[in-house]
Amino acid sequence: MASEERYYHSVRLDKEKCAGCIHCIQRCPTQAIRVRNGKAIILAERCIDCGECIRVCPHKAKYAERDTIDIIRKFKYKVALPAPSLYGQISRVRDVNLLLNALRGLGFDDVFEVAAAAERISDATKKFLKENKDIPRPLISSACPAIVRLITVCYPNLIDRILPLHSPMEEAGRLARIRAVEKTGLTPQEIGIFFITPCPAKITAIRHSQENEKSNIDGAVAINDIYPALVSQLGKLGEQEDVQHAGRIGISWGMTGGEAAGTFSEDSMAVDGIENCMNLLGEIEDEKLPRVDFVELNACMGGCVGGVLTAENPFIAKARLNHIRKYLPNAMNRVGDGEFDAIVTEKQPEEIPALRLADNLQDAMEKMNRLNELLDTFPRLDCGTCGAPSCRALAEDIVRGYTTEQDCIFRIRDELAGSALKNAVNDIIPPPFRKKEQ
Amino acid sequence: MDPVRLHYDISGSDFTTAGEASGKIKKTLKSLGFSPAVVRNVTIAVYEAEINMVIHAGGGAIDADIFPDRIEVVLKDEGPGIQDIDLAMQEGWSTAPENVRQLGFGAGMGLPNIKKYSDDLQIESEVGRGTTIRITVQNK
Repeated sequence: MASEERYYHSVRLDKEKCAGCIHCIQRCPTQAIRVRNGKAIILAERCIDCGECIRVCPHKAKYAERDTIDIIRKFKYKVALPAPSLYGQISRVRDVNLLLNALRGLGFDDVFEVAAAAERISDATKKFLKENKDIPRPLISSACPAIVRLITVCYPNLIDRILPLHSPMEEAGRLARIRAVEKTGLTPQEIGIFFITPCPAKITAIRHSQENEKSNIDGAVAINDIYPALVSQLGKLGEQEDVQHAGRIGISWGMTGGEAAGTFSEDSMAVDGIENCMNLLGEIEDEKLPRVDFVELNACMGGCVGGVLTAENPFIAKARLNHIRKYLPNAMNRVGDGEFDAIVTEKQPEEIPALRLADNLQDAMEKMNRLNELLDTFPRLDCGTCGAPSCRALAEDIVRGYTTEQDCIFRIRDELAGSALKNAVNDIIPPPFRKKEQ
Repeated sequence: MDPVRLHYDISGSDFTTAGEASGKIKKTLKSLGFSPAVVRNVTIAVYEAEINMVIHAGGGAIDADIFPDRIEVVLKDEGPGIQDIDLAMQEGWSTAPENVRQLGFGAGMGLPNIKKYSDDLQIESEVGRGTTIRITVQNK
């Protein structure tokens, strides 16, 4: 249906495992999935890599393409960038240093906490909000790549509200490479920077930078992939180096509310869960949030601890983060004079006009009229048997020329109602679709 | 070119969940590719009128006609009508009951906001018979 090459996605389908059921099509927040010939198809233009389909698929047919830990061998010097959400994954680890040293034990030469970079982003955010009072409010966090992608697809008029700062992950990658070059004297290309990711959206952000700015990260390893090895490393720890350099604010980025709290503004707010985020974005479009300065949006419930590639129950992980951060200083990282510009993004994300019916208004109106006519003839049950998530989505697919009305089992039943096949059809089709003669 | 016509029957039972029609009109305008400013103006104007219809008139009917050069929305109710339209147009003037105000509605900004976000606003009202509001937003 759409060009697959233009938009890289980490979220993928294992055709062998796909049973052709309708769980994913109805859960997908951007209606990016259809079922055709017994298999799901992901529409590349619409997919935002939120991972909801991975979460809901009962057959484990949806997965996130990611790197295995072996990828690090390609580089002379290897640096791990643990997401703050990693700190909440393992029981009885109250000391972040332990965890970071265990992570090094997996084959990394160094670790650079994304939480440390997050504190710099918090500092830069404060500064940006203060110095740019003229930009319409609220501004929206750029940290969750699924949300940024959602805005470019469904809320393009809010693109200029996205905070023009790099994500903590990218900032960590940039700083980690500089530090590694200084430490080792190697060239930047000889250094491999790897994000330990809680979600597929981050992988997509690395492999297909939205802003067309090259990512500072060379690979992404999933938290749940390294989890067993990390736990066993914890048991073998010998002498430990003091590598921890993030405080309370940075670690709090791993859960909902952390980033908003880091702005130190009473006019900041935080939302999680993709549907809640969509509702809030709608409210921002309608100018119903006049007094809010900054909005943190997390596609996953609970924030990054709720990512689909984590290992632990997000509520437990959150409780652990609260314990771990308790006795840490507020922040251990700031943006120094002259460092601010490196954190600002060069380009705004581009609109992806996947929801528009046509390029010009005339064509779009003709299609909309046809869509509404079709919709009146559909049962409005959103049963999913046509492979589209709703009757409206089917009508839209038809006017876009992707399929025909014959996909609707109710239409077939009604068409055959006047024919000799009437009774036979009624016996064959599933009970919900049968029509009892009065 | 046939306009895109949308029709919604609005029940007057719950004003806290009102906004369904303006939300659907917004979705339609977005998928047609109207500019963000036009989408915002229509959505806000219709939302305010829809809320008014639910709070004061117990619901009614909304018809939106989308033309290439303009969007016309007619909201028709059979409510109590507006006694003094000039007064109702004043910012801060409200006849909303106390329970509605307690929830943050009825601030007396409804009609002024509709005027602000639309290019033309016509109000016909007869006390005891009902109110018809015509909102036009030009596609500039």
